[in-house]
Formats: sequence, structure tokens, C-alpha cells
Amino acid sequence: MSSIQDIQNEIVEEFGLFDDWMQRYEYMIELGKSLPLINSEDKNDNLLIKGCQSKLWLKADMKNNKIVFTADSEAIITKGIIAILIRVFSNHSPTSILAANTNFIDEIGLKEHLSPTRANGLASMINQMKYYALAYQSKQNS
Amino acid sequence: MSTSNTSFDVNKIRSDFPILSRQVNGCPLIYFDNAATSQKPQQVIDAIVHYYQNYNANIHRGVHALSQEATDAYEKARRTLQTHFNAPKAADIIMTSGTTHAINLVASGFTPFLTKDDEILVSALEHHSNIVPWQMLCERTGAQLQVIPMTQDGTLDMSAYSKLLNNKTKLVFVNHVSNTLGTINPIEQIITAAHQVGANVLVDGAQACSHIQVDVQALDVDFYVASAHKMCGPTGVGMLYGKTELLEKLPPYQGGGEMISEVTFEQTTYAELPHKFEAGTPNIAGGIAFGAAVDYLNQIGLDRIAQYENELLQYASSALSKLEGLKIYGTTENKTAVISFNIGDIHPYDIGVLLDKMGIAVRTGQHCTQPIMDFYGIPGTVRASFAFYNTRTEIDLFVAALKKATMMLT
Repeated sequence: MSSIQDIQNEIVEEFGLFDDWMQRYEYMIELGKSLPLINSEDKNDNLLIKGCQSKLWLKADMKNNKIVFTADSEAIITKGIIAILIRVFSNHSPTSILAANTNFIDEIGLKEHLSPTRANGLASMINQMKYYALAYQSKQNS
Repeated sequence: MSTSNTSFDVNKIRSDFPILSRQVNGCPLIYFDNAATSQKPQQVIDAIVHYYQNYNANIHRGVHALSQEATDAYEKARRTLQTHFNAPKAADIIMTSGTTHAINLVASGFTPFLTKDDEILVSALEHHSNIVPWQMLCERTGAQLQVIPMTQDGTLDMSAYSKLLNNKTKLVFVNHVSNTLGTINPIEQIITAAHQVGANVLVDGAQACSHIQVDVQALDVDFYVASAHKMCGPTGVGMLYGKTELLEKLPPYQGGGEMISEVTFEQTTYAELPHKFEAGTPNIAGGIAFGAAVDYLNQIGLDRIAQYENELLQYASSALSKLEGLKIYGTTENKTAVISFNIGDIHPYDIGVLLDKMGIAVRTGQHCTQPIMDFYGIPGTVRASFAFYNTRTEIDLFVAALKKATMMLT
């Protein structure tokens, strides 16, 4: 099983093959389209990341001490972004998710999505994933 | 850049706007988010710089030369606004931080005059900033908020409006132009009908003033509000026009310096208009630059601006309607150069992100008008809003970029 860092390196390598923004975004759109759908009953307000321009639902389940993330969004680019994050963080322990850095975002040219003005900011997705990790970690320790 | 209107030299106008020569994401900037805020000509930027470099001082109380010069320039700007909007007196123009501030000032001022038996009418086309202050006013007073419904083409249902008006109606709030759809509302008709039942009318002119010449006396409007930043002026400054007798009736909105004539710990006497509503040190540079912006627009002429923008609107509407699956929201003939649309079931956010990569600035989302989105049952729209410094060439590039984005997303 690859570590979070290994997966990030892989993604950086993949994005390095693209010559321009169009190829990067076409790839993200493909990732968005291939993101497994979450159950429609899970698309409820409890799982909604607030303040987004397009609705984004993020679910976290604990399986064998690892967190499994699933997500969906109305917007395909948002789905592509969350698909990348799921690839990085899903199937890891809460502790390793909390310890992980996210430097790879700069390296794959998606830094613009970190800006607070981006209504579907990467930042709030990452925060939410880390909150889930923190919640499951506290549960494990209690 | 091409234009069919030879009397309108768009290239010369563009050279007044330094920002229009910059690049975004490696492409020349195409700025189609003018309904959110307009760009600023050098003349306005110079007015701000000139103030800070030459006569920065606090106004209305200093005896020294700088204070006198700053006061003169600030009050000259007020008179420019008075003339531009044809207000009877300069004191009828209250400088505010913007439209939202002006609306809140009036909404707050009506608190003592309303009871639970009164009704307030607000249009279904309103920006959140012209809904929430009235909801708060209703919460404070128990008055009922009623909504003037809209129709499919994005216009107000005027027969429903007539039915809603009655002798309990005390206030009517409507925007002159819808920020989301561009619809120009029939405010003359709305004002006349409201006055027949004794109601006062506030018109939010934020989206209108850079396209339409407004004469507050001819309209007989009770309150009219505007923001400088949508009129090529700076952010953080706007104005409230009110009829003198109404402004005198309303209590002050904020306490502070400037708005008092006499203060003891027992009692304060409020200053005369307009200072009663202008507590604290105002946005002096902003106010002066607001005047410069109005001068700039008048130098070109709002009629010529409106005519040129309408040509852009027709050109863009016709080009966009040829794109497969594109649906325009707000299709009345009587509208400003705003096109709100969606393409198939593509989310507006996706289109906005890809257009940005091609240097094109549009607005995506609900445009602070959730009720309009609920009416159409859509999550949002892409909104392209044109100004007199935009060109047909830019629209051609925009249409090509939309085709590219659609191809990528489907």
C-alpha cells in the first residue's frame, strides 16, 4: 500500500506530462466523470460542504482502521479536484491523514483553487477531510 | 477592435482604462463582469492620487487651507451628483459607503413609523441586499413583507403588483435594473401606483446608473440609491438621494462626529441635512473620485453609452443563441447589457473556471439573488455583463472560448 506521500509524488509525475492548462483540466474533468457516485441518500445537508458555489457532498467511513472517502458534486471540475484528494487521502489511517502535507497542489498547478475566493476551494475540502480524520482519531482514542 | 458605431471611439475609450491592457493566464483580459464592478479610468484614479498627494485633510471643520480645499472638492462632488441626478438640493444627496449602506439607512429609519398592520412590498428580482434589510425591518416592527412576483421572461408581474398595493402598503422597494437578468423595471409606473395608495418608494439604482440617465424629480421617486464602483468610480462610496421632507423625518442612522450640531451629556442636537446622516470622517478621496467618475461618464454621454452597450447586447445575444443547448434567462426587450445563461446541464462554475483560464472574467453562481434561481429551478447561471469599453472582437473571443469550454465539459 503506497503512502500518502508516494501517491502525491505519482500525481505530480502524471501532471508533469501535460503541456498546458487544457490538458490538465481535461484530465481533471475525466477524473471527475470517473468518480464513483455516492448513494443519493448520502447527498444530504449533513454531508454538504458549506459555502460552495456548486454543491459538494463528502462522506467518510471507517473500514479496518482506515478512512474511506466518497464524494459527489454538481460541478465536474469540483468532482475532479475531490477525486484527486480522495486518491491521496482515502484508505489511510486518521493519524497519517492528519500528518500529511499538501505541497503537491502547488506542483500540479492547482494553487489557484486554494484561494479563498474560489467558492469551491480546495482548502475547504482538505479541511473537511482533516476534520473527519480528527473526529475518527478522537473516537479511536476514547 | 471593430465597432459599427463610428461616432463611438471604443479604442480611445479603452486607452483610458489601464487595466484593460493587462493579461490574465497568458491571454489578454476580457472583462465581462461589469455588473459586479466596473473598471476605473485613469481620470478617476488620478482624482484619488491627486487628493492624497496635494490636499489630503479632514473636511468640514478645519480652518486651514488643506481642509478648505478638501471640503470644497468633496462638496463639489456632491453638487456633481445633485446635477447628474437632478436633485432639488445638494443636501438631498447623502454620501454613503455604497448602495447597501444607503438601503440600510432608510430601512432603519422607517422603524419608528411602521406597525404590524403595515405592509412592505419588495420585488422578486431583488438582490439580497434589497431583501434582507426589509426582512429585518419587518422583524423589528411586525410589518408584513409581500413579494411582487416575476414572470418567465424576467419582468415584474405588474397586474399582481396593482393587486398587492392597498392602503396598508407603506413602502415599496424595487431595483431599477435587475443585477442577474438585466431587466429594466418600469419604475415610473411603480412609483405612480405606489403614491396613489400613499406608499413611499425606494429604487435601487446600483445596476442602472452607468447605463441610464436618472432624473429623480421627473420620476418623483422618494429614495434613490447608487454605488460609485458600478459607475467607474471607486469602491466604498455611494449615495442616497431622498426627498427633503422624508430625510428630515427619518432619525439619524449612526451616531458620531459630523452628524451633530450641539452635544452635552444631557442632549444632542442633530446637524442639518446632509450631515445628519454622515457620521464620522467620510471616504473623502472616494467621494471626490465619485464626482470624477460621473464627470467621466457624462463626458462620453450616457445615451451614447447605452446605445453602444445595446449594440453589444444584440450582437452577443445573437451569437450566443446559435450555441447548442444555450438558454438565456431574462429575455425581455427592455434590458441592459447583461446576459445570464446556462449551457445544457453544465454547471455554471465549470464554465467560469475554464473561461478564466482563457483570460475571460464572468460571474457564475446565484448573483446574490437566490429567489430568482429558485424561480427558474437552477443552481445558478453564467453572467456576462458588458460595458462601453468592451468590443465585438471580445464577444467573438468569448463565444469561441465558450465553445471550447463546452467541448471540454461534455
